Amino acid sequence: MRIVIVGNGKVGSTLAEQLSNEDHDVIVIDKNQQTIDNLVNTLDVMGVCGNGASYQVLLEAEVQKADLLIACTSQDEINLLCCLVGRKLGARHTIARVRNPEYSDQLVFMRDELGLSFSINPERAAAAELYKLLKFPSALKIETFSNKRAEIAEIRLKEGSALDNVYLRDLHKTFKGKALICAVQRGSQVTIPGGNFMLRAGDKISVIAAANDMLDFFASLGNLLPEARDVLLIGGGRISFYLARMLLENGARVKIIDIDPQKCAELSRQLPRAMVICGDGTDQELLAEEGLDTMDAVVALTGLDEENIILALYAQSRTDAKVITKINRPTLAAIAESTGLGSIISPRVLTANIIIRYVRAMQNSMGSNIETLHRLVGGRVEALEFRVSENFPQLDTPLMELKLRPDLLIACISRDGRTIIPGGRDCISVGDRVIVVTTNERLDDLSEILQKGYAL
Amino acid sequence: MNRPMVLYLTGRIIRVEAALLLLPALVGLYYHEKIWLYFLLAAAVAALCGGLLSHRKPEDTVIFAKEGFATVALAWIGLSAIGALPFWVSGYVPNYIDALFEVVSGFTTTGASILPGVEHLPRALLFWRSFTHWVGGMGVLVFALAVIPMSDRRSMHIMRAEVPGPTVGKLAPKLRDTAKILYGLYILLSLAMFVLLLLGGMSPFDSAIHTFGTAGTGGFSCRNSSIAYYNSAYIDWVVTIFMALFGINFNLYYFLMIRNFKAAFRNEELWWYVGIMVCASLAIAVNIMPLKGTFLNALRFSAFQVSTVMTTTGYATADFNLWPAFSKNLLVLLMFVGASAGSTGGGLKVSRLLIMAKAAKREIQRLLHPRMVTSVSMDDKPLNEATITGAYMYLVIYVFIAAASVLLLSLDGFDFETTFTAMAACFNNIGPGLGAVGPIGNYSAFSGFSKLILILDMLLGRLEIFPLLFGFAFPFWHSRKKPDGSKKA
Repeated sequence: MRIVIVGNGKVGSTLAEQLSNEDHDVIVIDKNQQTIDNLVNTLDVMGVCGNGASYQVLLEAEVQKADLLIACTSQDEINLLCCLVGRKLGARHTIARVRNPEYSDQLVFMRDELGLSFSINPERAAAAELYKLLKFPSALKIETFSNKRAEIAEIRLKEGSALDNVYLRDLHKTFKGKALICAVQRGSQVTIPGGNFMLRAGDKISVIAAANDMLDFFASLGNLLPEARDVLLIGGGRISFYLARMLLENGARVKIIDIDPQKCAELSRQLPRAMVICGDGTDQELLAEEGLDTMDAVVALTGLDEENIILALYAQSRTDAKVITKINRPTLAAIAESTGLGSIISPRVLTANIIIRYVRAMQNSMGSNIETLHRLVGGRVEALEFRVSENFPQLDTPLMELKLRPDLLIACISRDGRTIIPGGRDCISVGDRVIVVTTNERLDDLSEILQKGYAL
Repeated sequence: MNRPMVLYLTGRIIRVEAALLLLPALVGLYYHEKIWLYFLLAAAVAALCGGLLSHRKPEDTVIFAKEGFATVALAWIGLSAIGALPFWVSGYVPNYIDALFEVVSGFTTTGASILPGVEHLPRALLFWRSFTHWVGGMGVLVFALAVIPMSDRRSMHIMRAEVPGPTVGKLAPKLRDTAKILYGLYILLSLAMFVLLLLGGMSPFDSAIHTFGTAGTGGFSCRNSSIAYYNSAYIDWVVTIFMALFGINFNLYYFLMIRNFKAAFRNEELWWYVGIMVCASLAIAVNIMPLKGTFLNALRFSAFQVSTVMTTTGYATADFNLWPAFSKNLLVLLMFVGASAGSTGGGLKVSRLLIMAKAAKREIQRLLHPRMVTSVSMDDKPLNEATITGAYMYLVIYVFIAAASVLLLSLDGFDFETTFTAMAACFNNIGPGLGAVGPIGNYSAFSGFSKLILILDMLLGRLEIFPLLFGFAFPFWHSRKKPDGSKKA
């Protein structure tokens, strides 16, 4: 597909990277010549320098031929104008990043009137993700599939966990429900494990299960953290606002610390039920005074990655609470992970992933049959959801008889609203949605899961 | 420096050469010439070397600008070293340095030859000689980018290192598509020329040879007296016009193709290029009118010579050694001007001169109005200061290298005219100079050392100095530290 991205910021460049790696024709527009030059040097994309909302610049980027226009500059208004002009010039689909909460109520109106296909609010998306994590504090990350019927959770096995030193083939002895461990990260090694794989404490595992079995699975692990009821948010930005609102609606108690009195005043007006504290979130005395050790969860959401990391490390050393860190720069996220910080979220990657999911769906309507795509274990494993068509060569063959490629696993089949965690006797039938977990990046069609020579 | 990756990419490109070497082998088979075996041999050597270098893809595939430069430098040296084999092994060029000179002259589209006569050579060899022009013109690596899937996304560094001109643009979002578009246009224009030459009564083989030579702006012919052999005004004009066409930035043809006429005709470089060509042709035509009789006849010869020198092709229809001093000097100046950026021609490039002239004008204005704020613009777009400094820096290094080459070449004891124009003709990838290396002379009289210098000049000129220059800078070759392993324990 031909995709024009306006704005080469954090989200824009992440998108450009992922989309060009997926073999799309990507054209990036940005005002800053230097960032464009950098991008063109490192990625196989075309760069155009100029204001993306201007007619002339959009024409130069040949937006009239584009299948998709993604506007993700820092300004909502430019993004909207950009999509409007692009749409009138002939772009087939447009996506705008609109983050100002004041516009959030008129989004539906704008979508219809301006011909927007989709709009995304990175802060709200991040807040939604955080909210999901706070509901299952034992998980580092949760992804949903098949209309939320199946979930994949990432968990770090703690010392003394019920799964420590357990062979995967014996998993059913510990856990009665249906769940499948589809990827394990040990050190820097990522494997798609077989039955003879033994789990160890310290492993980071990805588990797939039907949504209603997931809680049971956590329960079987032993040390289950309950849903967070007392949450401390450090930093009062937009993510905090959205997250606090979601938590409050769900009846949790929320405390927000921010250093800026004006921001605090505004937050307290918008969220009358939240407790807003004006103070320095890095001040350990203040944290102790506000009851850091009584919290179920602490979320570091200040604007500085470094501050968030230090804060989270401190909180982790002081409490057993679930600690989540917001980190924007990917290099820092990798470093923070190596220090043992568990849950890390990055709004830019989240936003990019959501947009890419949309692109995949679009592609879906244009030939490829990937329904959704999620990246696990720091992007090194992909979980892909396919819809099975008649073209799959080995329909209704028991899985144990299929010759699959070595680097993948059929993790889940959902059929008529039921979620099946498959064993060797299950089959793939037409109309199923199949989730495949793989370390191989370029899978476009379900038939590619078979070893070469067996495909036909 | 990611050495494994540079070697890997070089290996891939040398494997492409193995395929290219099969073409002259086929020509040899067709004409029943024994030499086809030597081409097969060279192809096998290329396949073996390339295969060894690229048998395993390195884990770390990230490359930066310096790896791009190094790959281009290494690939060109490797291509030339192997491409020279058929000349040498077959015995037609007994000396390896001479064979190397010939093939470097081919790949760099110089067209300078050490052979006094070419008509006795097997056709396969003539074909290979000219075919190197055609491939070298648009770029071997660009060709490789178009046909083989390279290391995906960072190949821009390679493209930039090989395509001539101060700035390189992409025509399509994907580099591979850009390379394909460029080669598509190149093939189309070449075909057009081939057909027009056939219509002019040239034999198919000769037409192909001269199309290759013109398209790459190279200048190898299969006739001792070059285009003058045909003594036809029609062929002269066809070659003149196509030389000029191949000296134009190929991006402009793309703009024409997608009907973006505005972008094509707004291009300042184009107008200056055409303007200089027309003015110089007229001036020389007037100057040589006494020799040629009518003005039209004089124009035929002057236009051809201006076109051949400015696009750095190097075909000849007249021995301009015998022309008046004004014409000769004008031609030497045009040698340095060169063709347009992004074309197959060499030289300093019109756009670079244009940038420098505009910047110079600004600096002079600044002397009068020290606080003036203004930017230098090209095609109605302001230019990056780095591009301007880049143009000046290029000129400075260019002059240094030219001076050093002239000094080293003068060890052979030729007169100044010969020495200087030999350097100019090789460095600017033209071919014939003046004096002993004039249109009817050749380079065989130079010593082996001088030939090596000229080989270097040709490569430096074709790759626009920097890739090769960095290739020789030793600190540049420091291997990249492994993320954990190679740290001292």
